Amino acid sequence: MDPVLVLTQALNGLQLGVMLFLMAAGLTLVFGIMGLINLAHGALYMAGAYAMAATVAATDSFLAGIAAALLAAAAVGAVVEMAALRRLYDRDHLDQVLATFGLILCFNELVRLIWGPAALFVTVPPALSGTVEIFAGVPYPAYRLAVIAVGIAVAGGLYLLIARTRLGMLIRAGASNRTMVAALGVDIRLLYTAVFALGAALAALAGAIAAPLLSVEPGMGEPVLILTLVVIVVGGIGSIRGAFVAALLIGFIDTMGRAFLPAMLREVTGPATAAAVGPALASMLIYLTMAVVLAVRPQGLFAARTG
Amino acid sequence: MARVAVWAGLLAAAILLPIAADAVGETYYVGLATRILVFALAAVALDLVLGHGGMVSLGHAAFLGIGAYSVGIWTTHGVTSAGVHWATAIAAGGAFALATGLLALRTAGVAFIMITLAFGQMLYFLAVSLKGYGGDDGLTLWEAARLGPLDLGHDATLYWVSLAWLVAALLLCRRLVASPFGLVLQASRSNERRARALGLEVGRHRLAAYVLSGALTSIAGALLVHATDFVSPAYMGWQRSGELVVMVILGGVGTLAGGVFGAAALILLEEVLAGLTQHWMLLLGALLIAMALLSRRGVAGLLDRLRGRA
Repeated sequence: MDPVLVLTQALNGLQLGVMLFLMAAGLTLVFGIMGLINLAHGALYMAGAYAMAATVAATDSFLAGIAAALLAAAAVGAVVEMAALRRLYDRDHLDQVLATFGLILCFNELVRLIWGPAALFVTVPPALSGTVEIFAGVPYPAYRLAVIAVGIAVAGGLYLLIARTRLGMLIRAGASNRTMVAALGVDIRLLYTAVFALGAALAALAGAIAAPLLSVEPGMGEPVLILTLVVIVVGGIGSIRGAFVAALLIGFIDTMGRAFLPAMLREVTGPATAAAVGPALASMLIYLTMAVVLAVRPQGLFAARTG
Repeated sequence: MARVAVWAGLLAAAILLPIAADAVGETYYVGLATRILVFALAAVALDLVLGHGGMVSLGHAAFLGIGAYSVGIWTTHGVTSAGVHWATAIAAGGAFALATGLLALRTAGVAFIMITLAFGQMLYFLAVSLKGYGGDDGLTLWEAARLGPLDLGHDATLYWVSLAWLVAALLLCRRLVASPFGLVLQASRSNERRARALGLEVGRHRLAAYVLSGALTSIAGALLVHATDFVSPAYMGWQRSGELVVMVILGGVGTLAGGVFGAAALILLEEVLAGLTQHWMLLLGALLIAMALLSRRGVAGLLDRLRGRA
């Protein structure tokens, strides 16, 4: 195998991994603390991408787009949380599935209503449009490299926020015993809204930085949501550390599998079988990974300490 | 006794529907009613695990897809016997349920929801990559299935066959739920720890229910293709799984027969809303959110409340 290609694909896997982490962090936090399974998390990702596309189209500024995406999604998240989702925290998971499934339908249709069914495109900012030579003779798109850097920086920031700040302390306390936190006089409703808005902003950041790499269209959140669910199941539901490790693992396996599995199969089974089975197996690889992890550790790689 | 009379009346009306539709020349409604019956079958099967077993599967559309591809693949190779289609659907659906159930049932609650969803998506991508059978674009079938002397390409015949499957499934599931097997299933839903302490084989009962539910849902998938003569990966998209769950909730969780009303309610609602506006999904979504926030027992609960007031 060509080492340059392997390195490039490994970086692509890392880039997908950090994006998945941005999604998974919010989803796993919301589940760990509020006990809510939020299927509409992908809709917030989509909201971020659309806010980005609309702002870049209006102002021509990439950074303004990012800021708009973060603010818009945090605001949408806070409103949705206060208006609907907060009533569902103590309910059955079934009610949560029903309501958030309804939210997905609403968001997808709203986006179609406002921007139409056609896909929008965002161009990479000129400063990052070139390639960087990471090693001699290995060029890599600067934008993707920037995405990786942003993702790792946000992961670090999130770690500091949760481990070192008062808000993080409340989040951790809320995750281990929310009744007790409320009894100690913390405004738990405000905390929940803040956590939800934070998760929404992270998802929107993922959507916004993914916008130049993908097409921005209605329903774009769902494929990412499914990958994110795989990530949190593998990582252990409720665990941010697990989400980080699993996001990188899943991003890496998915990218490498798609890039190299068909070629590897061709050498083993011959071209005819490989052409038929290769792509199928590559797209199923992460689910097989999940199955293996579950067979060995049903609670995920890093089981959260509580629920 | 009165309940039996109501059900007999409903069944008689259902049997007579194609004849009535034919008499007034509205044969479109036979196709619509067949779709309702098929999804009702799937919803009843899902309610067996969701309502009675407490296993919220968000991947049941995978079984619809298995049934659909059982018909599609056999028909492309010239086998049009519905008996073969159904046997394959039951075998393949049961096998997939067994394999995924063994893994998924190691977890419970939210993890179970997510894992069934992921396995459903896995199968979706497998179907997309089946280039020989239409891949992403799907597969149009040019030959209708036959069941002995019956031509399932005939709308009313297929309607009656679907009705027979639905009635059989309802009777089977009702018997099952009332049997010792069903009692273990329900006991492990309401208090798993106590059920285990009593020495009940919680895992095995759940797995058996899941396999049965998968096989029945696969039959629904096969019937769906007999009705549409078209197979595509879209049948097992996760939105479809969501719709099945919505049908069960609309009809009332844990009522079995509720699945029939839930399927009818959702399909008719979609039909009506789609006639009103192009953006009907917005209305449907809002309705689902309102349902989740306000009512807890779906159409069945609503009916109960009305009856209590009357």
